[in-house]
Amino acid sequence: MSELLKHPGESGDGIPTPEEKAAAHSRRSFLFKMSVLLNAAVGAVMAVPLAGYLLGPTMKKSTSAGGWITLGAVEDFPVGETRLVDFASPAARLGDGETSKVACWVRRVTAQQFQVFAINCAHLGCPVRWFAQSKLFMCPCHGGAYYEDGSRASGPPERGLFEYQYKVDGNSLAIHAGGMPTLATQASCSEKAKPLIQIQSASSETGTEAS
Amino acid sequence: MADLKKRAVESGMKAYGWLEHRLGLIKPMMDAAAHPTPSNNASWMYVFGSAATVLLILQVVTGILLALVYSPSASEAWSSLNFLNHNVALGWYLRALHGWGSDFMIAIVILHMIQVFLFGAYKFPRELTWIVGVLLLLLTLGMAFTGQVMRFDQDAYWGLGIGASICSRVPIIGAPLVHLVLGGPIIGAATLSRFFTLHVFVIPGILLAGVGVHVFMVLRHGVSDWPMPGRIVSKATYEQEYHELAHTTGIPFVPDAAWKDAVFAAAILFSVMACAFFFGPFGPSGQPDPTIIQTAPKPDFAFLWIYAVLAFLPPSIETPVMLVAPVIGIAFLLLLPIFSSEGERNWSRRPVAVLMVSVIAVSLGIFTHLGTYTPWSPIMQAWTADAVPIKYLHDRTPLERQGAMVLQNKQCRNCHSLAGAGGQRGPALDAVASHMTEDQIFRQVLQGGGNMPAYGNALNPSETKALVAFLETLRGNDLAPAIDASRSLASTAEPHKTAAPAQPAQPHSVTP
Repeated sequence: MSELLKHPGESGDGIPTPEEKAAAHSRRSFLFKMSVLLNAAVGAVMAVPLAGYLLGPTMKKSTSAGGWITLGAVEDFPVGETRLVDFASPAARLGDGETSKVACWVRRVTAQQFQVFAINCAHLGCPVRWFAQSKLFMCPCHGGAYYEDGSRASGPPERGLFEYQYKVDGNSLAIHAGGMPTLATQASCSEKAKPLIQIQSASSETGTEAS
Repeated sequence: MADLKKRAVESGMKAYGWLEHRLGLIKPMMDAAAHPTPSNNASWMYVFGSAATVLLILQVVTGILLALVYSPSASEAWSSLNFLNHNVALGWYLRALHGWGSDFMIAIVILHMIQVFLFGAYKFPRELTWIVGVLLLLLTLGMAFTGQVMRFDQDAYWGLGIGASICSRVPIIGAPLVHLVLGGPIIGAATLSRFFTLHVFVIPGILLAGVGVHVFMVLRHGVSDWPMPGRIVSKATYEQEYHELAHTTGIPFVPDAAWKDAVFAAAILFSVMACAFFFGPFGPSGQPDPTIIQTAPKPDFAFLWIYAVLAFLPPSIETPVMLVAPVIGIAFLLLLPIFSSEGERNWSRRPVAVLMVSVIAVSLGIFTHLGTYTPWSPIMQAWTADAVPIKYLHDRTPLERQGAMVLQNKQCRNCHSLAGAGGQRGPALDAVASHMTEDQIFRQVLQGGGNMPAYGNALNPSETKALVAFLETLRGNDLAPAIDASRSLASTAEPHKTAAPAQPAQPHSVTP
């Protein structure tokens, strides 16, 4: 310890090391430590808005960008049929181009009762296709299949199709559309208190296997 | 004349001296290039790392050139790629070089990794070199995935949807994570912009810095010597032994060993050029319009195996496997040299290592192969495109022929094949009646199960009757029809009522 406190030139073997020099200049060392602290503080103040900017998309509620969209006149949808309808996403922003378009499957169950499904498969989001003859939605990616009411029929999805809220306003059918539906995000705001993930046990599926 | 030459050389040396006195980098770099290396590693097995670096440089150069024309905007990206392909002179070739360069880079990086693993080169003192290398592999795959998004077509759009759907399965932070990845509630302009930023600024920056660290450590510890069976790596003695090999009997890396690296890198670059020239660029496929649902999205080659694995996982364990398996896999790769830093290096003395590489390679190969033809996906147009083979309609009753029409019309062929045509989601139906009884077929059609939807709501009784009548005729090459073993018991009680099998070769039950 005493060696470190020697003044320059005092040590027997000549020039002191940088550490020894610095130890001798305690005021400068202190100022350097203070400058590091100062930069840490400035950096923290700088980082908060940058992180806020970066995480901006996660802050908003997923459904806040949504809104009611009119899909068309009620008589465009014959009872008992399921039809593909396109609309412009209310969540679209500048420069989205074609990606702002959304498609959904509209099923008219009775005169007043509808079901509007997102085209995104509940497994990994690929677009499902409707087959009126076998009354099934089939997914091209991993072979998920759904019945006409959107419930899971077979394949890897762990739940039925995502549904939009709808309302019949006079003569027109409107849905509430927001973000892309996934297992964590709703297609519509304030959907019924239906859990997003409804895992069906593997045993119940294999239990019905033939033979 | 000689005087002139002497003066020219002198002035050249003077200019070099002026530059190097100020720069101070040329001499150290030349020394590093000529560093001594054990003579036994001047081998064709040691050329993959340098080739990967050369491919990285190719990717940087072609990427910059593509960025001159490419428009990273969701509304214009797809058109700008078509513009590059068709309207910009040699634009197609640049896109092809970049695309093929990417495939080659992944392949070479993986070969490099396998070689280092099998040669035990990750052991002391090169553990950190391996760990940085694993991160470089992940960054390379990150470049491949973000690059696939740059080709902003249908596959890119739905690939992003798959990525977002995987993120949505993360507990608690699923929704914010989806929005962070997409940059908003939908796939759109913000999504492409952030993937462009990752692909062009963030990942390449880290990748280049990582390669710098990786190469620095290679120079610091030297290129690993050829693993001789029985020569054990020990922390106490290895560095001394290596120094001996490199300095006493070693050779300078440049030129004695480096010429093989250079020749291999040239061959790889030539292969990339040949593939680019003859096979052309990748896509873009259809425009990124999510209302065009007549599409079967598929990821690029490097990710096909993941796509295949996701088709086979049962729903109840899919999310845990999806989220936990990659963490375990990456942690294993990162921690490997920490837990196995000493000992035998030669592959002939490390059977577990060889077995692991073989099993992983075969698994990835099989899943990738399955991913190329997706047997789990329904073939959406099979019900109208693939006719019922004529041989299955010969000498059939009207009811049975009606059943064949039901089979087509109800899209059964989308998942079931006849005579090899049709989907492979479900079993082929050519011999269905030889392993399922009539009752079992009725039950299976109406109630589904075993990954088949129930058709009870989609078929009326007469359609069902006709369909099963047709299916009952499908017995392969005249196999015996399946029988219900319990029927024989029933037949002893009321023999006159039993529906005896047509021509049972032997009365054994075919149903399991």
